Amino acid sequence: MVRVAIWGSLRAATGGRAEVEVEANNLRELLDRLAEAYPGIRPQIDRGISVSIDGLVYNDSWFTPIRPDSEVVLLPRIVGG
Amino acid sequence: MALDDKPELEVRVFKIVGSRPIRPDGIDKVTGRARFGADMSAPGMLVGLVLRSPHAHARIRGIDTAKAEALPGVKAVVTSADFGEVSDDLRDILHNVMAHDKALYDGHAVAAVAASSASVAKRALALIEVDYEVLPHVTDVDEAMKLDAPVLHEGRSDETVPAGMSANIMHRFEYGHGDVEAGFAAADEVLERSFKTAATHQGYIEPHACLASMGPDGQADLWCCTQGHYMVRNTCAGLLGLDASQLKVTASEIGGGFGGKTTVFLEPVALALARKAGRPVKMVMSRDEVFRATGPTSSTSIDIKIGMKRDGTITAGWADLRYQGGAFQSSPVQFGAMACFAAYDLANVQAIGWDVVANRPKAAAYRAPGAPMGTYAVESVVDELCEKLGLDRLEVRLKNASRDGTKAAYGPRFGRIGLTATLEAAKAHPHYTAPLGPNQGRGVACGFWFNFGGDTCVSMSINNDGTVSLSEGNPDIGGSRAAMTMMAAEELGIPYERVRTTIADTSALGQNEVTDGSRVTFAVGLATIKAAREAITIMCGRAAKIWGIDEDAVFWEDGHAKPAGPNAGKFPPMSLAEIAAVASNTGGPIAGHHEVNAEGAGVSFATHLVDAEVDPETGAVKILRYTVFQDAGKAVHPAYVEGQFQGGAVQGIGWALNEEYIYGPDGRLQNPGFLDYRIPVASDLPMIDTVIIEVPNPGHPYGVRGVGETSIVPPLAAVANAVSAAAGVRLTELPMSPPKVLEAIDAAGD
Repeated sequence: MVRVAIWGSLRAATGGRAEVEVEANNLRELLDRLAEAYPGIRPQIDRGISVSIDGLVYNDSWFTPIRPDSEVVLLPRIVGG
Repeated sequence: MALDDKPELEVRVFKIVGSRPIRPDGIDKVTGRARFGADMSAPGMLVGLVLRSPHAHARIRGIDTAKAEALPGVKAVVTSADFGEVSDDLRDILHNVMAHDKALYDGHAVAAVAASSASVAKRALALIEVDYEVLPHVTDVDEAMKLDAPVLHEGRSDETVPAGMSANIMHRFEYGHGDVEAGFAAADEVLERSFKTAATHQGYIEPHACLASMGPDGQADLWCCTQGHYMVRNTCAGLLGLDASQLKVTASEIGGGFGGKTTVFLEPVALALARKAGRPVKMVMSRDEVFRATGPTSSTSIDIKIGMKRDGTITAGWADLRYQGGAFQSSPVQFGAMACFAAYDLANVQAIGWDVVANRPKAAAYRAPGAPMGTYAVESVVDELCEKLGLDRLEVRLKNASRDGTKAAYGPRFGRIGLTATLEAAKAHPHYTAPLGPNQGRGVACGFWFNFGGDTCVSMSINNDGTVSLSEGNPDIGGSRAAMTMMAAEELGIPYERVRTTIADTSALGQNEVTDGSRVTFAVGLATIKAAREAITIMCGRAAKIWGIDEDAVFWEDGHAKPAGPNAGKFPPMSLAEIAAVASNTGGPIAGHHEVNAEGAGVSFATHLVDAEVDPETGAVKILRYTVFQDAGKAVHPAYVEGQFQGGAVQGIGWALNEEYIYGPDGRLQNPGFLDYRIPVASDLPMIDTVIIEVPNPGHPYGVRGVGETSIVPPLAAVANAVSAAAGVRLTELPMSPPKVLEAIDAAGD
């Protein structure tokens, strides 16, 4: 199981929990399992999401591996100017 | 993306990276040979012009174009009716490019014409009859959040906005951890302040311009000034119902963008006109149009509360940030909320962001979008707390600074970061202890930006004469051709002058993300290095064939293939040129390429020091001295890096002191020109001093971090802290124009 930190305004979709656990070996599985377990997160995933895995930010690389002890944090889609 | 196979980045000795060669685009730009957006022409070309709304908010009951279309010389008129249905993700872009049922801001495009000359096009615009029902408008973010405010769009608030709030609130963000109330209870001093910042424009010197053509077979070409021609292709194809393969977009040279050219304005309109007219159409915005209708950044209203112990320990930070993003959801408030406390290692922190729409042009990205404003507010309160508690401003920042492993206020733990290195460098710099005169003050502030990677493609050809042609797909805004040339030359082991880098059109390479997020030197550089390594592998293989030895027995060093050791055989090294000369004989042309979604961008921090002098009689501010300390990871071409540092500081100084969108009571922009919208010029400024810090990013083969955005994050706060110190009164509203400074001084004296 991977522990995933949820930012404040997404916590309404996780029953107020700041951290949830899902079974996932990579980024795609992580997002799929999150959307299945917490359908309220789906609109944000559709709007765009970035995921910090052990301090590095990933956007779309589905097959980025995630270890069970990885620090995983959801973030809004990171862009720039 | 895996980390590089050479982790000892600190001890690597570079031969070309880190030097300051002549810029490959320099001669063209100083001689006028460089071609910008407005410099392209085509046979039979028409002139395209846009009719814009004079109202801040109005329902469009009808548009009659008959008289305009009947005018001799007019070849096409388009309105929103000329664009079909588009996908949800493109709808706001389309309705910003061409108003649909409502004009949502002064300057909103409502129709466009293509005619044989500019004078005919102007006369045609005057003949278009638009039936407006003028509606109440709102331009201030706090006013727009009130329940009785005029509503721009019904039913667009998403699930994060609590029920019962204004329909102008599109989204609510919240970040943080710990218990802020417990943190405030543990503080010796708690300070709460409110701030406002005005909307500012990116202020690029080159207005938007493009040339579009489309044949009856649907094959189209577009030349335009943009930060991302792949984005332009994909967006315009979606808006016009074209296949991406049928639209070839070529990026011109670009006279500044700073985030403001990361979307489309004229391009789909020019294509629609060209399609309708059957002739090429050129469109060039006036400066008035640039100000009224292209993306400025948000105006904001921000509340900050910070608790601090007597020893300088910050016990809690709280922020409520309200950003209006213009007429469509686009404010960067989420990044303001994520970035505003990023420089601090806080046990208790909460930042809330509100994304609000108002009757202003749709906000576009502006260098570290959203971060400068939130950081301004936080760093102002930290500064005031230091003042109240009699603490050194740099020592307090060092005491609370984010370090390797700090859990950032926005969630993740930082990897290797260089914030404390920038603070230590500032502390040791003579600027920090230089004496100040009367009415002078010194400001300090830190800033942060995330940086980003994304889809990237490069292609590298080893030419038969031993030179190298490199193609990349990102418009060169900040020196990417020089940086890519240097990294290619470094990796291949050949002179800089033997590589030429070209910005390819959209038909030549796969998808490339926009030049934004400070991504290009990181991501395109990474792809360039990988492409060079692929070419090197091929060249080693060719040498092995020639020598009749195993490929594994050949390695590459200093631009030569060499046998790996005595057991491999005794052969004189073969240079890249020697291998290239016989490429046809050894298997054919040699090339390397790399396609990647580049992940692993490293964040960047900066510390700025600034001295300002306030004239107590007029409120005018003069910047006396300015020093930027920023972590670049590895500065590939230090002169460009210094330029990025200086440019960010200067734009921040303008934002802090002079620049603002001024709206009249009618909701119309009062200052759409550089005479009334005052950006700093060279005579306003001292030389901006720079100190490059290099804490390598482990996610890049050479340790590169993006540098283009972090530099604009601290200056709003640094200048505000300097001006407040000089004036003897805390300034809480930007810009700190002379009337506001004078008013604050007078109020403090009453």
